[in-house]
Amino acid sequence: MLFIETLFWIFMSPLKKRQIFEQMSKIGVDSAPIVFLTSLFTGMVLALQSAYQMQKISATMYIASLVSLSMCRELGPVLTALVVAGRVGASITAELGTMKVTEQIDALETLATNPVRYLVVPRFLALFFMLPFLTVYADFIGICGGYLVGVGKLGISSSLYTRMTFDSLVFKDFFTGLIKSFAFAVIVCIVACFQGMRTEGGAEGVGKSTTLSVVFSFILIISADCFFTALFYFVF
Amino acid sequence: MIEIINLCKSFNGAKVLDNLNLTINTGETMVIIGRSGCGKSVLLKHIIGIMNPDSGQVIIDGTDITKLSGKQLNEFRMRFGMLFQGAALFDSLTVEENIGFNLFEHTNSPRTEIKKRVTECLGLVGLKDIEDVKPAELSGGMRKRVGLARAICMRPEIVLYDEPTTGIDPIMGDAINDLIKDLHDKLKVTSIAVTHDMVSAYKIASRIAMLYKGKIVAVGAPDEIKNTANPVVKQFITGAAKGPITEGG
Repeated sequence: MLFIETLFWIFMSPLKKRQIFEQMSKIGVDSAPIVFLTSLFTGMVLALQSAYQMQKISATMYIASLVSLSMCRELGPVLTALVVAGRVGASITAELGTMKVTEQIDALETLATNPVRYLVVPRFLALFFMLPFLTVYADFIGICGGYLVGVGKLGISSSLYTRMTFDSLVFKDFFTGLIKSFAFAVIVCIVACFQGMRTEGGAEGVGKSTTLSVVFSFILIISADCFFTALFYFVF
Repeated sequence: MIEIINLCKSFNGAKVLDNLNLTINTGETMVIIGRSGCGKSVLLKHIIGIMNPDSGQVIIDGTDITKLSGKQLNEFRMRFGMLFQGAALFDSLTVEENIGFNLFEHTNSPRTEIKKRVTECLGLVGLKDIEDVKPAELSGGMRKRVGLARAICMRPEIVLYDEPTTGIDPIMGDAINDLIKDLHDKLKVTSIAVTHDMVSAYKIASRIAMLYKGKIVAVGAPDEIKNTANPVVKQFITGAAKGPITEGG
């Protein structure tokens, strides 16, 4: 319901550019460092763990394709979505929840302003465009992490690693990951805003709905990921 | 004129408003008194249309606002101002943006004009030079006054006050009472205040109504309420611990 109402207001009313940019910077730019660290280490761990197996069959050069494929198709979108759900989703819920319990949302309505239009729409648009950006960024950093380990520690030559990475990646791998991240953006924003706007019962209520928001987002992200992976596997 | 007819509202099976009837005349200050949690704020929220009743009507100048669509209701709300219990200022915005919220959102007024109006409204509530401050930096009394400035910024015909004097010291409370009286005299607005502060009620009211068990049990001028024979009202206004209210009568 909230999703439909949000779409309605996106198309039915002039957008507030200043607020959207503000949210984009809060949601996107400020999340970059944590996304950087998560995906860098994930890429490195991925390379090391696979090296453990690959060395047995003397196929360490395939680490490059393994890292790039799993980052782009799976780990990039999912990890970024989980990190953003934890960082941004929780803060959206806490902010809207506090506004609800301090009657600020009621005040918005008395000032003839629809809370969905004023509060949800800028956050929705910001997340919808920034999460895919962050995902691409995470893909790239993850591959770099794998490169560091592969070239620096496992003795694969730099040119071979790069070639293996680009040879194995096709547009489809990258594209399916991106589609997922759009869906995750919708999930994170709608769950966070919904939980925030139905908060009741003071500080305790805000804590409760923030927890619920993160838990629901995580569950929905993982199950949506499963659904999309299956869909892409059977359809494409 | 505001007519509230047979208004009912329940939360989780508990009846908060039970066939409530009340008429508020244009230009008067109606004070609704009652115990904490008896549904006073709920009643206010029905008058401005933030809550929908289970049944009943709220008729303002001949229009039943419970039947209005979102857009019509918003047009109607431009005639209202509301002061919330905790002021409910938007803490991400400055004082100026809070007070001028409606002007920024719903009009194309130039910035200088909005600034002028904001300063004028702040002047009406006895404040100045705090336009660029965030609400979190203000004291409770100042927040209330800024909330009041925001409520009157659009020159409303009807102003609703939710516990205007609760949570601030008695001196500031009295200043707020004077302000409400002043605004009423200067701007000729219809005011509806809910409170359990009897000093405030006697001071600002043209009429007082007592809400008890979801119904209005007494309406009258402050003097009539002071000399009432109704035992429920009597217990409430004298603040006695023993009486029909606490004994469940």
